[in-house]
Amino acid sequence: MMISVKNLAVSFGSGHSAKQVVKDVSFDVAPGETFGLVGESGCGKSTVLGALAGRIKAWGGSIALDGEAIAAKRTKSQLAKQQMVFQDPFGSLHPRHTIGRTLLEPLEIHGIDRRRERVEQALRDVGLPASFYHRFPHQLSGGQRQRVAIARALILKPRVLLLDEPTSALDVSIQAEILNLLKDLREREKLTYILVSHDMAVIAHLCNRVAVMQGGMFVEIASRDALLSGNVEHSYTHTLLDGSRGYHKKRVDPVV
Amino acid sequence: MPDQSQPILSVKNMSVQFPTLSGVVTAVKNVSFTVGREKVGIIGESGSGKSTTGRAIMRLQPATAKVVADEMRFEDVNLVRASEADMRAIRGRRISMILQDPKYSLNPVMTVGEQIAETVILHERVGRREARERTLAMLERVNIRDPERVFNLYPHEVSGGMGQRIMISMMLISSPSLIIADEPTSALDVTVRQQVLSILDDLITERSIGLIFISHDLNLVKSFCDRVIIMYAGRIVEELEAAKLEEATHPYTRGLLQALPSLDHPRDRLEILRRDPSWAEA
Amino acid sequence: MATRYFNDLHNWLINEEFSSTRQARFHKAYVLWLNLLANPLAFAGFLVVLALVLVAAFAPLLANHDPIAQDLTMALRPPSATNWFGTDEFGRDVYSRLVHGARTTLYISILVTIIVAPIGFVIGATAGYLGGWIDVVLMRITDIFLSFPSLVLALAFSAALGPGIENAVIAIALTVWPPIARLARAETLTFRAADFVVAAELQGAGMGRILLHHIVPLCAPSIIIRLTLNMSSVILTAAGLGFLGLGAQPPMPEWGAMAASGRQYLLDAWWLTTVPGIAILVVSLAFNLLGDGLRDIMDPRNA
Repeated sequence: MMISVKNLAVSFGSGHSAKQVVKDVSFDVAPGETFGLVGESGCGKSTVLGALAGRIKAWGGSIALDGEAIAAKRTKSQLAKQQMVFQDPFGSLHPRHTIGRTLLEPLEIHGIDRRRERVEQALRDVGLPASFYHRFPHQLSGGQRQRVAIARALILKPRVLLLDEPTSALDVSIQAEILNLLKDLREREKLTYILVSHDMAVIAHLCNRVAVMQGGMFVEIASRDALLSGNVEHSYTHTLLDGSRGYHKKRVDPVV
Repeated sequence: MPDQSQPILSVKNMSVQFPTLSGVVTAVKNVSFTVGREKVGIIGESGSGKSTTGRAIMRLQPATAKVVADEMRFEDVNLVRASEADMRAIRGRRISMILQDPKYSLNPVMTVGEQIAETVILHERVGRREARERTLAMLERVNIRDPERVFNLYPHEVSGGMGQRIMISMMLISSPSLIIADEPTSALDVTVRQQVLSILDDLITERSIGLIFISHDLNLVKSFCDRVIIMYAGRIVEELEAAKLEEATHPYTRGLLQALPSLDHPRDRLEILRRDPSWAEA
Repeated sequence: MATRYFNDLHNWLINEEFSSTRQARFHKAYVLWLNLLANPLAFAGFLVVLALVLVAAFAPLLANHDPIAQDLTMALRPPSATNWFGTDEFGRDVYSRLVHGARTTLYISILVTIIVAPIGFVIGATAGYLGGWIDVVLMRITDIFLSFPSLVLALAFSAALGPGIENAVIAIALTVWPPIARLARAETLTFRAADFVVAAELQGAGMGRILLHHIVPLCAPSIIIRLTLNMSSVILTAAGLGFLGLGAQPPMPEWGAMAASGRQYLLDAWWLTTVPGIAILVVSLAFNLLGDGLRDIMDPRNA
């Protein structure tokens, strides 16, 4: 197993105001698989990803990456094995660093050689021209920035990519390009993906299996085939599938 | 049944230009459309000019923007010639706008009820008690079960879905004839979206209001609206019935439809939209 | 010919298609410059500050008399053709002392800035980044310094350290760093949770790298603006210290000391106090206007 999570729990705050955002989550991801996490806001999907990435340090349970148990403090090689792509293309690149600088940084941190060459290769891999080396993020479109974010995630040659709503902030046509790019890179580099999204169509497009989350727990882990055919077990999954198809003219109960 | 015989809004050849450091940018170019008692969706990606169009109708552009049109008629008012005083009487009263995120469009230091009541007091010059009664009635109308309690809440104390319903009540309380909704449900979860749109749908049908629904979400607009207008690079490239969106003929619309990942038509690779510069001409 | 060269240069600078990082930096600086030109008050402030720097740099050339040479026969002369701003009680030329005094003023301002910017930033950013009890301790220390009025505090330090210009600099610096630390902490807290910082952390960046390479470029505008606005109060504090006999010691010309010693002759020889007073006023105002203008230009909306 590439990733093995058992009884993951995350709570924020302390004492009386402590909130259990992730209650008891367990799953395994095989090498080369794409595992999805879908749910509405507040269900805990991004928190699960944050704990996996090491962004959230106070979690309970156990996480194993490529056979190795992960503790709260990670080594550089552990960090390099698993990289993250963030949701907001406008926030994930430092506004005052050129693209080249942003891509060089991980190489500098890990003391890797042939830096300029690797940066140029990374730009090519994500379909950007080499001249972007000197550009600043504000000169790039949302889709281009997301490509840079993907290049940055891949430059350390990780085995796992954690994708946090990578296309939510992008236009439809750009989303298609990025989704295709993610598929191509997955094939070529034999990557394992964990994808968080609220969009069932994107999930079904990229993932092999998906965990449906509600209130910090998995209500179901469904396969792609089940999603496409509608043969899912839990009613909440049905609700999400329905919702992704658009608006339905029907009566709604009063809610507060 | 949408009544097409009396267009509430009629726009002919509207253009909006902005001066920038590197020259004049034309955000909207020669756009013409009408809106009757129906739901018209405007679909476009970022930069298509859809939001600018919506705001230009309400004259909410910055002072440096230049809005020209052969005709911009709202009911009996000529929007091109209207003075700022006229526009103030129209905004919020006869034409209302619902924005994307209630977090940013509600005043954080006033209670929700006060804000809605303020709209009524401002436009219809009624007393505070009557404004409060109307506000409570409106809150109930948007399916808020405990209007007295919600009246006294502050915007940060309400969830996204309730915030949007509060926006809707604020925008509909003075009985407008036209509503411009700019991505009203983009910040909402799927289940909440359904509820909010259902309420909006009922209110619009009940009061025969015209709706302009600006969005980037094709599926949503297709299922919610009666007619759809597709914009690209400031121009309208296609206009058709929402139900017939799948049969669109313009290559940009077709490209958008094919670029969407779909549960019902799964594909291995999504078709990349190839932009033809001729679409920006026309 | 010259206009065409400038036109080409302008176009090269304004072009956003960069072929090198250096071009990117020039572009940024040029856009800043254009914005400064567009703001007349700020530009006026900038010109005055520039004049101050030039006067200080070329003081020996600009002064027409020796600033410390005494000639008691020429004491308390009004402004004339030989002594443009008159002479003081020791017969020294006020104009030359003013010009050399610019050096002192600039020396104090620059030294204070150089000391305060890094110290304030490190304390504030560390507190913001690490949080927890380190944050509490550092901020309470900052609060202690902040709770005293700056002139009083500077006086106390100056008296404790003794007279002299370097001691005045230290005393002033000790009163100026707390607001910078506060500012640095606030900015660090804002950017601490930004995706690009998290991304760097996830790639193994340590605190030092993040503070130095990520946070500093983002904090720099507000700190620069704050320091520029503070400059006027630095000058006034230095003048106040000079006025009270601390800070620059005779015979070194310093505007505050000059204004102080001229007080006793105010009715007979108004130029002794008025001229340095006006200089202090003009330079303080210039820094203020420049700081305001910089704030308009460098605001986060341009980030």
